[in-house]
Amino acid sequence: MIGNIIKKEFKELFTLATLIPIIVIAIVFASVGQTIGNIGETMEEKPVIGIVDMDDGDFSDIAMSVLTEKAEVIYEGSDSEEGLEEVREENGVALLVIPENFSQNIYANNPGEIGIYWIMRGAGIMDSISSGVVEGLIQAVNQGISTKLIQEDSSYDPALVLAPTQRVETTFFKGKEIEGLSSSQLSNILSSQSIVIPVVVMMLIIMAGASVISSMGMEKENKTLETLLTMPVRRSHIVIGKIVGSALVGVIMAAIYMIGFSRYMSSFQISNINLADFGLALGMQDYLLVGISLFVALLAGLSLCIVLGTFAKNYRSAQALVFPITALAMISMFITMFKDFDTIPVVLRILVFAIPFSHPMMAMRALMLDNYSLVIGGIAYTAVFTVIMIVVAVRIFNSDRLLTGSVQRRVGLGKLVWGLRR
Amino acid sequence: MKAVEVRELVKDYGNFRALNGISFEVNEGEIFGLIGPNGAGKTTALRVVATLLQITSGSVTVFDYELPKEAGEVRKIISYLPEEAGAYKNLTGKEYLNFIAKFFGEGEKFHDMVRRGWEISNLGKRINEKVDTYSKGMTRRLLVGRALMVNPRLAILDEPTSGLDVVNAQEVRRIINSSVEAGVAVLLSSHNMLEVELLCHRIALINDGKIVASGTAAELKKEYDAGNIEEAFVKAIK
Repeated sequence: MIGNIIKKEFKELFTLATLIPIIVIAIVFASVGQTIGNIGETMEEKPVIGIVDMDDGDFSDIAMSVLTEKAEVIYEGSDSEEGLEEVREENGVALLVIPENFSQNIYANNPGEIGIYWIMRGAGIMDSISSGVVEGLIQAVNQGISTKLIQEDSSYDPALVLAPTQRVETTFFKGKEIEGLSSSQLSNILSSQSIVIPVVVMMLIIMAGASVISSMGMEKENKTLETLLTMPVRRSHIVIGKIVGSALVGVIMAAIYMIGFSRYMSSFQISNINLADFGLALGMQDYLLVGISLFVALLAGLSLCIVLGTFAKNYRSAQALVFPITALAMISMFITMFKDFDTIPVVLRILVFAIPFSHPMMAMRALMLDNYSLVIGGIAYTAVFTVIMIVVAVRIFNSDRLLTGSVQRRVGLGKLVWGLRR
Repeated sequence: MKAVEVRELVKDYGNFRALNGISFEVNEGEIFGLIGPNGAGKTTALRVVATLLQITSGSVTVFDYELPKEAGEVRKIISYLPEEAGAYKNLTGKEYLNFIAKFFGEGEKFHDMVRRGWEISNLGKRINEKVDTYSKGMTRRLLVGRALMVNPRLAILDEPTSGLDVVNAQEVRRIINSSVEAGVAVLLSSHNMLEVELLCHRIALINDGKIVASGTAAELKKEYDAGNIEEAFVKAIK
């Protein structure tokens, strides 16, 4: 008896409609993971650096031997400008500059300065892994110098022995020269944009999208849609009304979600750096652009959902149709979270740009770095996408598809007739 | 002027022909019934007249407005009640009537419509409760009220009493009759042939997408030498 019930439940639930979205999501995640790369492999790779040694003393020798052993040194010389150029060209992580009086300072019980010029290419989580490896190298250099200090003479200041060097850091990132900030610090500052915004946008799109698709399913199931379609109102008004109504609900849901999630994320923030000091603060105009980007992306998502919703036969089938939206929103979220738009392969870059939800996820970070063309281009693309989706939705609303699941064919022409303009 | 004129109407769903050249007319102030078994093409015919479906071939006019060219004008003068339709469950009955009435008028006209919808539905104080709490009969009465409150020139009612108990079905039939007295033309479908005999001025018997016979109940019974319309229908399709 129980076997009979289990068999029935399994047949009821294990359908192509439930299976395909899961398979698609699994494939998408696997391919995104493959394309982005492997954290373990990146950490094991030797970081590419340049070294300018102007000291040639005992301690700089230790530093040089540690660095040459554990990193791929592509420049060794005495010209910082030349070294920097070389590191940039070879996709290196940083140029380390050991000044003339490095060893002398340490012998005089003062920390030796190491100048680090970070070349930061992206602000995604994966982009900062190499710089983390270099930070580890500096620790190894410190350890080597500390060992020598202890071996030589125990009268050195313990504070010096524990921290024999100090860093003077400058980060070059997308045309900006940010003094006094390492790439990992900068990455940490930008992490709120890397994580919070993509997650919130993803949730917003999924929540609002699910509500509009479900609403279409419910309308079909209850036949309220049939009634609505016989009202003296333009089809375009029905479509736009549904989209804007759902967008407002989505914005409210996202606001509630964002409050909770941003407080959660703020507990992980270790930096209390003032962004304005480094020219990274956003102005009113920037926030306006972020808002526009978010709203347009929401409208794009919802107009896509309306089109998908027309395939729903009832509330239950509508649930399965949320999966494509979920998958697209998650692809955008993970790629923008882990990688910077500029550091991903071209194919992924096209994919990310083509998914309208990606743009608000990237907007704030792009604006911090004055990349207005990406943000404005994204808004323009998303607006065009929205208009196309609305036109498609209106055409479907004008056709038989909404009620019958098929479209009228015009005999003789063999072309789809999407319904006359009414 | 005819309320509805359907000429040689063909409706295909892909390779399936749902309506195969049907023709009928509905006069002003008349209840015209399309009757036939499930899948005969009744709902398709009503949906075409209600501007919901495209026409494969043939012609349909509603008060001289041609479909689909003048669908927008047709929608201003018709009211359509789908079979087993529901209302928005999170709205109260009153809010639902308000929602629909806003498509048809403003100010005093709007308030009159809502008041009329409330009266027709006969929901009393329950009109202020959510639709979700209504019984099937109450929901149907609300929907009939919604369909008739806007003073349509043509009401298209798909199985208006389907699934209702005797008391509610009788109430809905009374509402339809009184709306016709007020000048509304009604095109309805039913598979309950005995009910149609009671309600409709003229009837078309439809089977497999074709009209097999039409006329008044008395004419059809006489033509097929039948005691009732059900019997006449069975003889007509043989």
